[in-house]
Amino acid sequence: MSVPAAALGPGPRGAKVRGTLFYVLLLVAVFIGFLLLGTLIVDVLRKGIGYLDPTLLTEPNSSNPENAGAGPAIRGTIYMMVLLLVMVVPVGVGTAVYLEEYADRDRWYNRLLELNIQNLAAVPSIVYGILGLAFLVRGLGLGRVLLAGALILTLLVLPTVIVASREAIRSVPDSIRQGAFALGATQWQVVSRQVLPAAIPGIATGSILALARAIGETAPLLLVGALTFVTTNPSLLGAFTALPIQIYQWIARPQDEFRLLAAAGIIVLLAILLTMNAFAIWLRNRYQRRW
Amino acid sequence: MATQDTTVGAQPAPIRLRAEGRRWGEVAVKALLALCALVSVVTTLGIVLALLEPAIEFFREVSIVDFFSGDRWAPLFEPASFGVQPLLVGTFAVTFWACLVALPCGLGVAIFLSEYAHPRVRGILKPALEVLAGIPTVVFGFFALAFFTPLLQDLGLGVGTFNVLAAGLVMGVMLIPTVASISEDAMSAVPQDLRDGAYGLGATRLQVSTRIVVPAAISGIVASYVLAISRAVGETMIVLIAAGGIAQITFDPREPEQTMTAFIGATGLGDVPTGSIEYKTIFAVGLTLFVLTLAMNLVSIRLVRKFREVYE
Repeated sequence: MSVPAAALGPGPRGAKVRGTLFYVLLLVAVFIGFLLLGTLIVDVLRKGIGYLDPTLLTEPNSSNPENAGAGPAIRGTIYMMVLLLVMVVPVGVGTAVYLEEYADRDRWYNRLLELNIQNLAAVPSIVYGILGLAFLVRGLGLGRVLLAGALILTLLVLPTVIVASREAIRSVPDSIRQGAFALGATQWQVVSRQVLPAAIPGIATGSILALARAIGETAPLLLVGALTFVTTNPSLLGAFTALPIQIYQWIARPQDEFRLLAAAGIIVLLAILLTMNAFAIWLRNRYQRRW
Repeated sequence: MATQDTTVGAQPAPIRLRAEGRRWGEVAVKALLALCALVSVVTTLGIVLALLEPAIEFFREVSIVDFFSGDRWAPLFEPASFGVQPLLVGTFAVTFWACLVALPCGLGVAIFLSEYAHPRVRGILKPALEVLAGIPTVVFGFFALAFFTPLLQDLGLGVGTFNVLAAGLVMGVMLIPTVASISEDAMSAVPQDLRDGAYGLGATRLQVSTRIVVPAAISGIVASYVLAISRAVGETMIVLIAAGGIAQITFDPREPEQTMTAFIGATGLGDVPTGSIEYKTIFAVGLTLFVLTLAMNLVSIRLVRKFREVYE
């Protein structure tokens, strides 16, 4: 063990300088994202805080920025959230259960199904808007209604819910299934009484995050015609608008006051989304079981 | 076990281990679940059909050669012109500026998280990245138009009210979490043995990161890049709000341009009559966009599978 002391010391000076330089570059890369995130939040707060009042939350839109509010838009977004929850969770969890518990991976159609879901997750959201425009609004003659918007958002976030639910189901250890089978449970009894209850925290977290993504979406709703002047409460088969659309409409106006109003709308939207995100993360930390 | 039981038992009655008959409830449940899975297949078919039919009608009226070779996009003017090149150039210009930010920064964040960050720092950074990823695109659009463009103007870059540069750069920051999370997944899948071996040979952290971890995770990193490009091409709201709506061929990022998505958004939100040529252009451009992003997504999915196969 006669290693020269110098060999165990720090390497050549150049290596150290390069290492430090690289570390600084990495910090810059990390910093850029958070700098923008911080600036964005401060900027929006600074611009929008003046218009953040009860008028914004309850009154309908108006051509006068002083009286304009996002009441119908906020209610539209909340209605849509409920519709989405009812539609996307059963279908998404059903698909995940099918893929994880029932499907034979070696069959070509099941492999195609997985590829299909992975691809759908990356299809641009505006393409879903085109689907809605062609089939729901014009094809079925549904018109530009709340249900059409909710259906399109359902399809849009379905892959996200499926992927999250699959991960939650996969993390339930096989020994639980084997134990239930050994006691004579049928496959559905195993799934419904053992696997799903154990997977609920993961599924709920994934679904809330997907929901948060859906209600922030703007582009597909533009195509199913949410950009209308709505003063009444939204109904299932009536004209509707949603908060992101209302924000877009205000941004598109040339007057500066509407820009500030848009910023106020963004504060409300971000508050809703961050609450949902925080709730999802809390749920994950509180109930997630490590097997 | 079963044979032993029957010999010992007083009554050697045959034990039937198989189900008495088909359980129709179980069959119905499986069918119902398969039906749920079918929804996503129908969605894909729906998208293809929705795009294809009007797009074919469009290409009956406008030759496909004129569509791709034409350099003037003016579907709403008289005489109308349907050369898609300006929209393609606009799309790639925005994508280029977005990638300039997203690709290096995303990789940097991934290396930092995977190789450098203390677990406690990771615990803060990762949720913060999720927050960044969860901000709606309309908000980024507002930020690009109302904060970033004025900032660029104050810096004396001579940008217009609507310009490609601000839209592209803000989109780039938006895509950092996409690149970072997939790349970091790939890097965490690299076995610790490889790192330990390199450290044992006296490699520095820089050398381990750039010569061991990055090459070993390269398929995942490329996958994240391809996915980020695909998302940049398909992003609508930022460009619709901040890049302006003028379809022109220019490589000057200070100028406004129109992308494929922005055209679809701007045309689709109006009341275009069904069956008119303006209505069909939405689908022709939509089909081009869909095919382009589909190709990139398939490449990305293939690459992700590759790194999963190697290390997991």
